[in-house]
Amino acid sequence: MDTALLIEKSILVIVLFLISLGAAAYMTYFERKLAAWIQDRVGPDRAGPFGILQPIADGVKMFLKEDFIPAKADKWLFIIGPGLAMFTALITSAVVPWGPNLHLFGREISLQVADINIGILYVFGVLSVGVYGIMIGGWASNNKYSLYGAIRASSQMISYELAMGVSAITIVLLSGSLSLNDIIAQQSQVWNVFYQPVAFLIFFICALAELNRAPFDLPECESELVGGYHTEYSSMKLGLYLFSEYTSMFISSAIMAILFFGGYNFPGMSHFSGNTLALLGIGAFAIKIFIFIFVIMWIRWTIPRFRFDQLMHLGWKTLLPLALVNLLISGLVIAYNNGWF
Amino acid sequence: MSLQIISIILGSLTLASALLVVFSKHPVRSVIYLVVTFFFITSMYIMMNAQFLAIVNMIVYAGAIMVLFLFVLMLLNLNKEAEPVTTKGSQLAAFIAGGSLFLVLITALKDTLTLGQTYRAHNDQIGLVKQLGNLLFTKYLVAFEITSILFIAAMVGAILLAKREKQIIE
Repeated sequence: MDTALLIEKSILVIVLFLISLGAAAYMTYFERKLAAWIQDRVGPDRAGPFGILQPIADGVKMFLKEDFIPAKADKWLFIIGPGLAMFTALITSAVVPWGPNLHLFGREISLQVADINIGILYVFGVLSVGVYGIMIGGWASNNKYSLYGAIRASSQMISYELAMGVSAITIVLLSGSLSLNDIIAQQSQVWNVFYQPVAFLIFFICALAELNRAPFDLPECESELVGGYHTEYSSMKLGLYLFSEYTSMFISSAIMAILFFGGYNFPGMSHFSGNTLALLGIGAFAIKIFIFIFVIMWIRWTIPRFRFDQLMHLGWKTLLPLALVNLLISGLVIAYNNGWF
Repeated sequence: MSLQIISIILGSLTLASALLVVFSKHPVRSVIYLVVTFFFITSMYIMMNAQFLAIVNMIVYAGAIMVLFLFVLMLLNLNKEAEPVTTKGSQLAAFIAGGSLFLVLITALKDTLTLGQTYRAHNDQIGLVKQLGNLLFTKYLVAFEITSILFIAAMVGAILLAKREKQIIE
């Protein structure tokens, strides 16, 4: 193994870890400020100028709270639950290409931890395992409301994964590859969202459901289930659950930007090269991620929550058939363009 | 050499977690150990450079099927009192059935040494999605299509079975 490569990848992993955590922390601040702005309030403004130290204060508070484990809870699973949730939220970032290659110290450094040729499937694999954190935590709490939250989370996850997968397959059909790098390269001229607006819409709605974000936040619906799957959690265990939600929001915004909005591609890209191109690419990617995060938060403070049966009907009877028809039509068009008939 | 050590470690971990599935008292814990076993099997596919198989194993088994298992078990609320009472007869029947399955598996697996040779004869790119797709849609096309028809039949059957009862929520 090349030592320089090992060092380079380790640094990249650590930087990505810190960025994901930092982004998640400041997303909580951003969410509260945005909510305040939408509801015509001031929002957090005590810690530091404009309250920008609020996430740090929150973190310290979380750590200093009493860590409580219910007497009848399954102790080990209760502890494993939040850890699993955070773990699965973080490992998706391994396959995300964050920008064009950098040139430093005479080496070409790829800004992607692992370039595997099934990148998009890896994302889906991690996503499908991601529900275990919530399920295990909710069940181990030995509480009715937690169990309801866990069951809702898992059934919601299974239902929306299908439509999401089918709309991602349309993108794979367009690019002819499962690698995220190839999908981005194929969008250097026209972004996929202009070819596949329906697939994007389906993917976006499903992503909201997979993230347990409003209007699909049934698993932690506070007006029915107290706190949902994390009712019994306190201290940093609760913090990890909340944190993992924001981390996965960050990562799935990145995935949506890659699949439909060209990743780090930006208009007028051919005028730049080398490190300038890399830095501008990273900047463009960050802006796209930020816009997605903003839209997701905006939706939370605008649209009321679904009822659970409405959620199931939307998933199975509207989104899945729509995604399948969309897949069929795009397949036919691609076959026609390749001159198959 | 290091590859061999890694595969020995992975193999023993797989066996250990598989044994834990059988021996753990609580069904929910059993399912969780089964998920862990599937992850070790996934890692073995990765060792063989079969990335596609590895990830499909993870999505389908660890992701979808086991979530459904866990889902049902959580709803059942199983505990010690609810454990079904087994008679001597059923224990004997289970022993014979399990033993014959074990025998069949051993006879089937005794050829794996030669199978390993054929695997090595192929190039190590065989498990990647391009090669797999080419094989599935040329050499094994008929088998592949028949499998998909079987799956669709099973799905339609499942939907029919579920539809027979009237929906309560409307």
